[in-house]
Amino acid sequence: MATRARPHPRPRGGLDSTRAEAYRGWLQQMLLIRRFEEKAGEAYSLGKIGGFCHLYIGQEAVAVGSLAALGPDDYITCSYREHGHALARGISARAVMAELFGKAAGCSGGKGGSMHLFDASIGFLGGHGIVGAHIPLATGMAFAAKYRETDQVAVCYFGEAAVNNGAFHEALNMAALWKLPAIYICENNRYGMGTALERASAIYDISERACSYDMANEVVDGQDVLVMHAAMERAVQRARGQKLPTLLEVRTYRFMGHSMSDPIHGHYRTREEVEDQRKRDPIAVWSQRLVAEGLMDEASVKTMDKRMLEEVEDAYQFAEQAPEPEGDVLFRDVYAEQ
Amino acid sequence: MPTLTYRDALNQALREEMQRDTNVFLMGEEVGVYQGAYKVSRGLLEEFGPMRVVDTPITELGFAGVGVGAAMVGLRPVVEFMTWNFALLAIDQLVNSAAKMRYMSGGQVGVPAVFRGPGGSALQLGAQHSQAFESWYAHIPGLKVVMPATPADAKGLLKSAIRDDNPVIFIEGEMLYNVKGEVPEGEHVVPLGRADLKRSGGDVTIICHSKTVAVALKAAEQLAAEGVEADVLDLRTIRPLDTEAVLASVSRTHRCVVAEEGWPFAGVGAQVVDIIQREAFDELDAPILRVTAADVPMPYNKQLERAAKVDPAKVIAAVNSVLYRSGQ
Repeated sequence: MATRARPHPRPRGGLDSTRAEAYRGWLQQMLLIRRFEEKAGEAYSLGKIGGFCHLYIGQEAVAVGSLAALGPDDYITCSYREHGHALARGISARAVMAELFGKAAGCSGGKGGSMHLFDASIGFLGGHGIVGAHIPLATGMAFAAKYRETDQVAVCYFGEAAVNNGAFHEALNMAALWKLPAIYICENNRYGMGTALERASAIYDISERACSYDMANEVVDGQDVLVMHAAMERAVQRARGQKLPTLLEVRTYRFMGHSMSDPIHGHYRTREEVEDQRKRDPIAVWSQRLVAEGLMDEASVKTMDKRMLEEVEDAYQFAEQAPEPEGDVLFRDVYAEQ
Repeated sequence: MPTLTYRDALNQALREEMQRDTNVFLMGEEVGVYQGAYKVSRGLLEEFGPMRVVDTPITELGFAGVGVGAAMVGLRPVVEFMTWNFALLAIDQLVNSAAKMRYMSGGQVGVPAVFRGPGGSALQLGAQHSQAFESWYAHIPGLKVVMPATPADAKGLLKSAIRDDNPVIFIEGEMLYNVKGEVPEGEHVVPLGRADLKRSGGDVTIICHSKTVAVALKAAEQLAAEGVEADVLDLRTIRPLDTEAVLASVSRTHRCVVAEEGWPFAGVGAQVVDIIQREAFDELDAPILRVTAADVPMPYNKQLERAAKVDPAKVIAAVNSVLYRSGQ
C-alpha cells in the first residue's frame, strides 16, 4: 500500500558540475518567467491584456524544475495559471505575450488568451479554466500512452484548491486503477483564490490523499528547483519505467494576488506573511546556490537577468505590433474542416 | 437485406469501426464484462480485449474527461453513458472541454470522440430517468448532435459519428433498442446533417426525430385513412440541422407540426420554427404548432406519464389544427 509521504532527504553535498549548463538554464528560465510576469502585470494595468490574468511569480521553480525532467514527446496540461509552464516548456515569450494581447501570432491564435495557452507541437495541451476539470484530461492522455504502448508520460499541474473537486478524485482513482503513466503535480500555494487550505480541506497534507488510491506520493519543496527536479525525475522514472502514477504535493507560495484584480494580501493573508514567504524567493535560492558553488558569479547572474529583461521587452514590442486576427477567423475552428 | 434490432445495428457499427481503425475504443459503465447495460456492446470485450472495451467506475465526469484527453492526443473514443440522465454529471467535460478545445487552441487540438447512450423516457422510470436533453447539447457550438430513429440509421449514423473529427453527442432512443428493421451489411454510412423523409405526402409536414418518428408515422397512417397525406421528416441530426430539407418539405405542404420528446421551452422545435418563419414565412398557410412533452418533471404514475408524453393522438390534433380541420 502507498503510505503517507515523508519529506524526501534533501540532496546532500555539492552540485554536479557536469550539469552546470542545465543548472544555469534553470535559472535563466526562472528569470524569464519572473520578468515576463512582471511585464504582463504591467501590460494588464495598461489595458493591453484583457480578461483574467493569473501571475506565476513565486512559483517559478515548480514549472522549471519539473518540466526539465520531461522528454519532448510527453504531454502537459495546466490550470489557468500557466504562463510559466508554457515558457518553461519552450513556447516563445513572443508567442505567449502575443496570446495575452489576443493577437493572431499568439500561441493559440488570439482565441485562447491567458488561460488557454496551447502548442500541440511540443505537447503543451492547454491551460484550462475550470478548476480541476483538466485533471481527467491528463488521465486520458496517460491512457492513450498506455493504449499505444509508447513510453510517454502525461503531466498535470493544478492548485491545491482543485483537490477538493470530484474531478481530482475520479481522475486519480482511474489512473491508479489502470496503472497509467501520469504525474499529478499539485502546486500547493496555500490559497484557492482567498480561501486558505485549512479553510477548504479536511486534511492539510494533500499528499495523503494519494493513499486513497494506493498511489506513490511525495511532499516537495517547490521553492528549491533542484529538489523539485529530483522529485520529478523519480516520478518520471516511475511513470516511464513502472507505468505507475504519482501525486506530488509541491509546497510553494504565490507572491502576487490570485489574479490581477486581487491585491497582494487583502483580507485573507497578511502583509507580514507575504513578506516572510518572499524570503524564500526561488530565484534567490537558486542563484545564491549557483554563486556559492562557483557555477556562476554575481556579474553573470546580472547579465543573464538583463538578457531576460531584453527578451521580455522584445516580446512585448512584438505583441504590441502584431496584427489582430482577421477575416473569417471568428467562425473558423469551431468544427474540423472535413 | 438482413433484419436487425436497433441494438444489434449499433453493435455492428461499433464492431466494424473497431475492426477498421485500431484508434477506436469503447469505454463506459458495464460495457465489457456485463456486455452493456442495454447489451449494445455484446461480444465486443471478447473480440477486442479489455484495453479497447474499457469498463469504468461510476464516474461520468471522470471517464468523459478521460475520453476527451485521449481524443486530444489522437485516439477515437466512443464513450458510453448508461443513460444521458447520468451524463449531467459529465456535462462540464462535454461543454467546456470537448466542444471548445479546437477553438480555444486556435485549431490545434480537436476532440474526435463520440459520447453515446440512451436518452428520453422509457416506461415509468420517474423524473430523474426520463429526460430528453438534445436541445441542451445542440445549443453548444463545437458539438454535433445525432439521434437515429431506425436500425439502419443507427448503424449508418454511428459509423459517421465515429469517423467525424468533432465531438459528437449520439443520443439513442431508450425504447428503440428492440425495434427491428432492415440494415444494409458492411459499409453503410449515413452522412451527418441530412434529414430523411420517412413518409411522403403533400398536405402537411410533421418534423420529428428519434422516438417521435414512430409516433409521427403512426399519426400519418391514421391521417391517411382520413384522406390527409403527411410528409414525415426525420431530422436524424439535430446539429448541424438540415435546413434545406425542412424548407423543401414546408414549401411543398405549407403547413407544419414539430414533434419532440423534450420540454417545450427552448426545445429543438423552437429552433425549427425559427428557421421556417425566417426562411419560408410566405410559404406558410397556418402557424406552426409544436407537440412536446408536458412542461413538468416526468411523473411515475402510468396514466400521468401517458398524459405527459407525446403520442399519435396529440400529433393528429396538432395536424388537424394547422389544417383548420375538425378531428374525425
